[in-house]
Amino acid sequence: MSFAQVMEQYAGKDIAGMMDRVTVADVQRTLSRRTLSAEDYLVLLSPAAAGQLEAMAQRANQLTVQHFGRTIQLFTPMYISNFCTNQCVYCGFNTRNTIRRTKLDDAQIRREGEVIEATGLKQLLLLTGEAPKIASVEYIGHAAKLLRDLFPSIGVEVFALTQDEYEYLISCGVDSMTLFQETYNAALYPSLHPAGPKSDYRFRLDAPERACKAGMRVVNIGALLGLDVWRKDAFFTGLHAHYLQFAYPQTDIAISFPRMRPHAGEFQPESIVSDRELVQIMLAQRIFLPRCGITISTREAPSFRDNLIPLGVTRMSAGVTTAVGGHTSEEEEVGQFEISDPRSVDEMCAAIRARGYQPVFKDWEPLEDAAVAG
Amino acid sequence: MEHSNNNDPLVIGGVELQSRLFTGTGKYGSDTVIPDVCRASGSQVITVALRRVDMNAAAGNVMQHIPKHMQLLPNTSGARDAEEAVRIARLARAAGCGNWIKIEVISDNRYLLPDGYQTARATEILAKEGFVVLPYMNPDLYVARDLVNAGAAAVMPLGAPIGTNRGIRTREMIGILIEEFDVPIVVDAGIGKPSEACDAMEMGVDACLVNTAIATAGDPVIMAEAFGAAVRAGRQAFLAKAGPVLTGAASASSPLTGFLGE
Repeated sequence: MSFAQVMEQYAGKDIAGMMDRVTVADVQRTLSRRTLSAEDYLVLLSPAAAGQLEAMAQRANQLTVQHFGRTIQLFTPMYISNFCTNQCVYCGFNTRNTIRRTKLDDAQIRREGEVIEATGLKQLLLLTGEAPKIASVEYIGHAAKLLRDLFPSIGVEVFALTQDEYEYLISCGVDSMTLFQETYNAALYPSLHPAGPKSDYRFRLDAPERACKAGMRVVNIGALLGLDVWRKDAFFTGLHAHYLQFAYPQTDIAISFPRMRPHAGEFQPESIVSDRELVQIMLAQRIFLPRCGITISTREAPSFRDNLIPLGVTRMSAGVTTAVGGHTSEEEEVGQFEISDPRSVDEMCAAIRARGYQPVFKDWEPLEDAAVAG
Repeated sequence: MEHSNNNDPLVIGGVELQSRLFTGTGKYGSDTVIPDVCRASGSQVITVALRRVDMNAAAGNVMQHIPKHMQLLPNTSGARDAEEAVRIARLARAAGCGNWIKIEVISDNRYLLPDGYQTARATEILAKEGFVVLPYMNPDLYVARDLVNAGAAAVMPLGAPIGTNRGIRTREMIGILIEEFDVPIVVDAGIGKPSEACDAMEMGVDACLVNTAIATAGDPVIMAEAFGAAVRAGRQAFLAKAGPVLTGAASASSPLTGFLGE
């Protein structure tokens, strides 16, 4: 069984039509259930549920506080290379875009890490484009080794890898991976990814499962909301997380909800996801998967992010730049996309505390130290 | 600090405790409330997840908020097997957290139920290394026996899954542990209300660990005080030996067999 087989069960089904037939009574019944099925999740994503957001928010808040407390984990991305061989039509790193390409050397990686670490952050996410001959898996693993003494938790958001490659990164100190399917619409996917290794839909779809098999502690998935009809992509994202949670109970599964943002390039999204709609997705996800981590990035505006804090978010980025070397470079580099929330770590902490929540910097203790191995 | 004055200490690992309420450090909106929770509850034992502790942080470290008189009970939250639990325990001791350790080995992140086999393995290793081991467990007779044989200083059965506030759903099984074992029984996880903690203490458990129910309450300090009072009340009720509970017919003032004479 793979997630692709789960998706096959929905092949030919009119998911949008099923959602359109949901009634308010269906939504209210669903909200009273202790555990939800996939069909219940579909109900909460429906147009009828859009009118029940307050009731959903109350339930989501209750579940989040119960399982995660009033805490928000903080992390920041570090872009170490923007070389890319893909032609994803919506991405600033598209190989056809004429941006300056660069890759950090050892000293630059270390310096960038030290600047980030000085802000108090302890959780780091390493990012690259997809150019394995320039920024290889070994390069990414080496970067993790250079930084592991500064950050108890290092994640990667890089191209889809094999299980062996994920195991290698774990051996270098990486404990989490983030990989967005972008869209679960297999028919639409090729037109959005016309060239490059990322055009292999199935290899990407199975990558989170390979990371679970490799023993990755946290696996974070998501769809880039706006590429396809958002209700469908949100539905399959939830099913994907649900599948991984059941198949790999040792792995913490988390979800992100990136919305399309302006970038270098002229692609316009298929559908615009409004703030209300993004909130509905998050609430539905939280109620369907009460223990699932939820990340909200700086793609979203400050005031909107602040208002999301009680609704299910467990992890937020802070002090973000999406440019390679952006934490130390004095030049104005072009990032992968434009961020909306430029607040510093201190400012994010103040905003989180103002909501009665606690910013959490550290949530893992690396166990590789030989001194404790016995 | 308020303590029971009934000369009824709980002794674990050679440490005499006057309070039978253990508290936690997770899930608070701010760690600054922890001293007030400790004071209001009267608790003397507090558990802290080592994975959340940043020993190098000049500020924002949960340890800075734990009153000096508290007995630290670092836990192995995040451990997926015995080896990881053992490493976390050693790290905790090396970091100056003392030699008490609450073993949590959880490899199912959906239900967060403890793995009895891995817990027993970790308990055996750590008890031999001189740790005072308090393992979190399902209330299972055989697992408890393994843990006690492995050197556990107490056992910590769950009342309901972690963080659920569903109360003592495992009542019958905890009752068996009370009957069978001399080591302290500390109900850990699931207690959602002071009345449930009181109930557990009336049953005869030796202590209760409460985190989520206090940390996620509207007013954690008042809730901590309520739990402190409830645990004391339950313990006193247990010591006072409640009268028998009658089932079926009432106790008739005119016995039906009185005509039989002596």
